[in-house]
Amino acid sequence: MKELLIVSLAGIAVLAADVIKFRKAVLPIAVASLFSLIFFCIVDWGRNENPMDNNMLLFDNFALGFTAILTFISLCWFLITTEYFGNDARRTDLYALTLFSICGAVLMVSYTNLVMLFLGIEILSIPLYVLAASKKGDRLSNEAGFKYFFLGSLASAILLFGIAMVYGATGSFDLGIISTASTAMSSPTPLLNAGIVMIFAGFAFKVSAAPFHFWAPDVYQGSPTPVTAFMATVVKGAAFAAMFRLFSGTFGSFIETYGDVIAIISALTLIIANIVAAVQTNVKRLLAYSSISHAGFMLGAILSAQNGDPKILLYYILTYGIASLTSFIVLYHVSAYQQGAEDFNAFKGLVKRNPVLAGAMTLAVLSMAGIPPLSGFLAKYFVISSVLQSGYLWLVIIMILTSVVGAYYYLRIIIAMFTPLENSGRIVVSDFQKYLFLLLSLLMVGLFFAAAIPDWLY
Amino acid sequence: MLTILLIILPVLCGAALVLLKTKTARMFALGTSLVQLLLTLAAVYLWKTGNNALVVFDKGWLGSMGVHCAFSLDGISLVMALLSAIITPLIIYASFNKSYKNPHIFYGLILMMSGAMMGAFTATDGLVFYIFYEVALIPIYFISMIWGSGNNKVKVTLKFFLYTIFGSLFMLVALLYVYQHTYPHSFQLSALYEAGRSLSGLEQGLVFAGLFIAFAVKMPVFPFHTWQPSTYDVSPTPGTMLLAAIMLKMATYGLVRLAVPMVPDGVTEYGTWAMVLSIAGIVYASCVAIVQKRYKLLIAYSSIAHVGLISAGILASNEQGIVGALFEMVSHGILAVGMFFIYDIVETRLKSDEMARMGGIREANPLFASLFLVLVMGSIALPFTSGFVGEFLLLQGLAIQNIYFAVFGGLTVILSAVYLLRAFQTMMLGKSNIHTAGFSPLTTHEKTVLIIVVLLVIGLGLYPSPLLDLANSSVQTLPGISY
Repeated sequence: MKELLIVSLAGIAVLAADVIKFRKAVLPIAVASLFSLIFFCIVDWGRNENPMDNNMLLFDNFALGFTAILTFISLCWFLITTEYFGNDARRTDLYALTLFSICGAVLMVSYTNLVMLFLGIEILSIPLYVLAASKKGDRLSNEAGFKYFFLGSLASAILLFGIAMVYGATGSFDLGIISTASTAMSSPTPLLNAGIVMIFAGFAFKVSAAPFHFWAPDVYQGSPTPVTAFMATVVKGAAFAAMFRLFSGTFGSFIETYGDVIAIISALTLIIANIVAAVQTNVKRLLAYSSISHAGFMLGAILSAQNGDPKILLYYILTYGIASLTSFIVLYHVSAYQQGAEDFNAFKGLVKRNPVLAGAMTLAVLSMAGIPPLSGFLAKYFVISSVLQSGYLWLVIIMILTSVVGAYYYLRIIIAMFTPLENSGRIVVSDFQKYLFLLLSLLMVGLFFAAAIPDWLY
Repeated sequence: MLTILLIILPVLCGAALVLLKTKTARMFALGTSLVQLLLTLAAVYLWKTGNNALVVFDKGWLGSMGVHCAFSLDGISLVMALLSAIITPLIIYASFNKSYKNPHIFYGLILMMSGAMMGAFTATDGLVFYIFYEVALIPIYFISMIWGSGNNKVKVTLKFFLYTIFGSLFMLVALLYVYQHTYPHSFQLSALYEAGRSLSGLEQGLVFAGLFIAFAVKMPVFPFHTWQPSTYDVSPTPGTMLLAAIMLKMATYGLVRLAVPMVPDGVTEYGTWAMVLSIAGIVYASCVAIVQKRYKLLIAYSSIAHVGLISAGILASNEQGIVGALFEMVSHGILAVGMFFIYDIVETRLKSDEMARMGGIREANPLFASLFLVLVMGSIALPFTSGFVGEFLLLQGLAIQNIYFAVFGGLTVILSAVYLLRAFQTMMLGKSNIHTAGFSPLTTHEKTVLIIVVLLVIGLGLYPSPLLDLANSSVQTLPGISY
């Protein structure tokens, strides 16, 4: 409960700081609150706190683990985007909105009641609609906010409808009661089945899995790049964690019913996203499609959720989050210095223009391509291994074939960076940011060797 | 501990080189690789004296998934480690005749690559082998892409990278499939061997197919070879040497270490197809080599032919074939360095390797021609050269399996005589022309490299028994081998 309180209070404090004209304190408040959030996740470890004993939230190790890594990624995000928000007069609003969004993420990983799940999704999403459109003068940003809002509301409605059906079938919103009621049925009733499918569709929209992904490229491309980075990492991670919580425990007994559905959606996502990404010329749009393709991989982790091992998903979200955050922020710096150019040409000669950015980007895309010794390889390996264990050999083959396509477009970015460019100016980033990029690069390699840590976590 | 040092030392020194801008990068790299060579020799000594404690390293890494960070050296690994440890300093020293841009990164990448290959050669855990197998790709990709020459180098290296990744992912699936059948789940090679042999014939065949695709791409075996000639062509000479002399040996080593002992039924039942492909590749690549107009491409195709013979010899899965293959890997590695160094010498002087433009170099530089001749003789497996020992054993192994394979495999020797002697003739003999008249004498550095290579070729040809004994001792204990 402390976790939730801290982040909501921090959001309110940030807003208040603006009112009392104390803007300098905004970033420190946000950073300090996120730090203490991680701290309390460690303190509360293993306590299984059930706030106010009303079975709405349960801060078990699952919730704390996901809260901690999502907070960590948010923390990196706050620190590394200071350059973007630093000059913005509305940065207090934007920071407060982001903090509220994180608040929704905390709810989404700790709910034990479908009402709290819905609340969490809405609290997460509504600030994002605003953030997506926060570049007011920009047509694409407005389009992004508009699209995200309309399609997001539709998906929320579908999800809510699904929740209502599950309520109708089992008589409760509480995960425990739903679980007992559904295991009592020999096979799920049509009403429950429809409910599960609709909830799944709502989630598939949130995580941008095909065929519910059409909003994502436009929204990712139109939103300001730092906001895109937030959407692709924290938001996606929270949605997957919420999905895992529901589909591993509560609906875990019906794996035969929906396993094939998840596998097919995962395969579709991988195929469509990777092939479309391979023909992109705009790097931001390419990264958007790459983010969709990773959703396909994470669906593989959901597929094997009945093994009840959230480590795989946790590790995937962490490694993918770090790599994706790095790539988007490098893209932001590169395009900010070149009048917003986001195509491959903008990356030409980056090795000379800023070796740190180029190095971090190289590691990030290699990690996303899943090449050892970067942590992305292990993340993919864990998923592939568990999917194979669940008996979906064909999905593994598709994962592998699409990984090759993925390697192709990731390498195109690397090739562009290593192509020499005459008469190019240096791209300057502050020393602090440079160190952050180095830290992120170190994490991308270090997490590979520290992969034993998830063994200790649960 | 010693084994892990063999891997970590070059990787760390390489990483340090990349990060630190030092003027003496190449000396530092040479020193590191020489230390690695000394350590390898120490490991050989320890192994001979039966002192295994220092050689075996085993620590849990992903304990719950049965992955161990495990390395060890046996006779087979030692042969490969020796190959890698001898060739790496040779390649680094050979590269001294040219100065490369950003030498600290260039040599750093070479060292890292050498460490990664050492890791693949010594790993006793399937997943760790796979990881090193993949890791080795990254430095060589950057070496070829950044320091390569030619307008299409970006395209060529991209194809190389994707092709190899594509192949090795099949190995991952094959390994995972066998891993699913181990109880308790483990990636230790011994566990994989046991699980693999308990699979049904068809399953073994499929696992073998997955492994073979991965290795066939890397070696390369016809028809998976299309990336190879162009990649060898655009890479800088040290890169080509790394590719031909050591990196492709990871694939042949993989066949020995993984395919033959893990899925023996798969190899005997379905390996015939793979052998047919390998042997078809020998004839095909030799014929293509005959019509090459450029020396570097000729050597590239000749490499495909020789590797085809190695691959076929391993798949015969008898003692002669595998020992011969191991010996031939070393011999081919040394000869590849020599042959590509010849290219480097010619190319620096004539700015081209069109063989038609050459001729009469022997008149201008008899020493160079004589040294080159020894290498040519080694490549066509003349007795008293290292090539003879390896190819003789390989052909013997093939003959035990199937006499027709030996007949067609023997074409390697005949056809390589055709294209290599013709190349030698057009390049070295005859009257010198306007291009070659001023062929300047060899520098001391060039002489040293060539003489070392020649000595190794003749030395191994005259006295092959230490290396053969080393290989023999462990091949006999390898499961899945017929005698």
